[in-house]
Amino acid sequence: MAEPIRIRIKLDGDLADVRVLIGHPMETGLRKDSKTGEMIPLHFIQTVTVTLNDRPVLEMQCNQAVARNPYLQFRVRGASAGDELAVNWADSRGESNGIKAKVPAGS
Amino acid sequence: MRKARRILLQALLLPALALVPLRLLAAVWNRAAFEARDLATALREAGVGEPARSEDIVIRAPEIAENGAQVPVEIQSRLVGTELIQLFVERNPQPLAASFRFLGGTEAFISTRIKMGETSELRVVVTAAGRTWFNSREVKVTIGGCGV
Repeated sequence: MAEPIRIRIKLDGDLADVRVLIGHPMETGLRKDSKTGEMIPLHFIQTVTVTLNDRPVLEMQCNQAVARNPYLQFRVRGASAGDELAVNWADSRGESNGIKAKVPAGS
Repeated sequence: MRKARRILLQALLLPALALVPLRLLAAVWNRAAFEARDLATALREAGVGEPARSEDIVIRAPEIAENGAQVPVEIQSRLVGTELIQLFVERNPQPLAASFRFLGGTEAFISTRIKMGETSELRVVVTAAGRTWFNSREVKVTIGGCGV
């Protein structure tokens, strides 16, 4: 069940400032469901891969210590308006999702 | 003739083969490091030896985090040739929280939010030009964020 990903890119020269918000519960396995009283199983993103025109620019690995609905900000050099930036994640249950966005013209 | 062709094939294949394991390693989640329950094991499994402290690793995080479930952390490395940044929360149940590999000229900078179970040192290990360095910073946590 894929939740949405939001992305915002700002271009300054050849530097793309990227902010990503990934919808994901990032369950620690230590939390109880308030309705049923049952423990909610561990469920977290393990890898996030970012590419610029299919070229890898950032590879993140993590565990349940990243906060719910993971937020990431990073800066990619060598970007131009119209380039395609893609963010893809995969989690501990084998689920995955991604987003593609065009780099906007610089301000 | 055949020998020459074989040598030519080998010459073409060798660089390709050398590249494959690196790409695969980068993509596979480092289970042993991320599941390690003590700092020494996490550091060892993450391939960290005994790095020296470097003030060129800048850690921006609140001195006091009221909510351990959402602690903003920003890391910047001014070390030339920074390839990898690894973030350890020393007193979390699993100390290694995240790693970031920078490729193709991406700035050695990351901003994210993490969970902290209690007051702890944040230890950041940077691999730059084949050497490792670290810096650390304490964040005091008012309400822990592991059971949320």
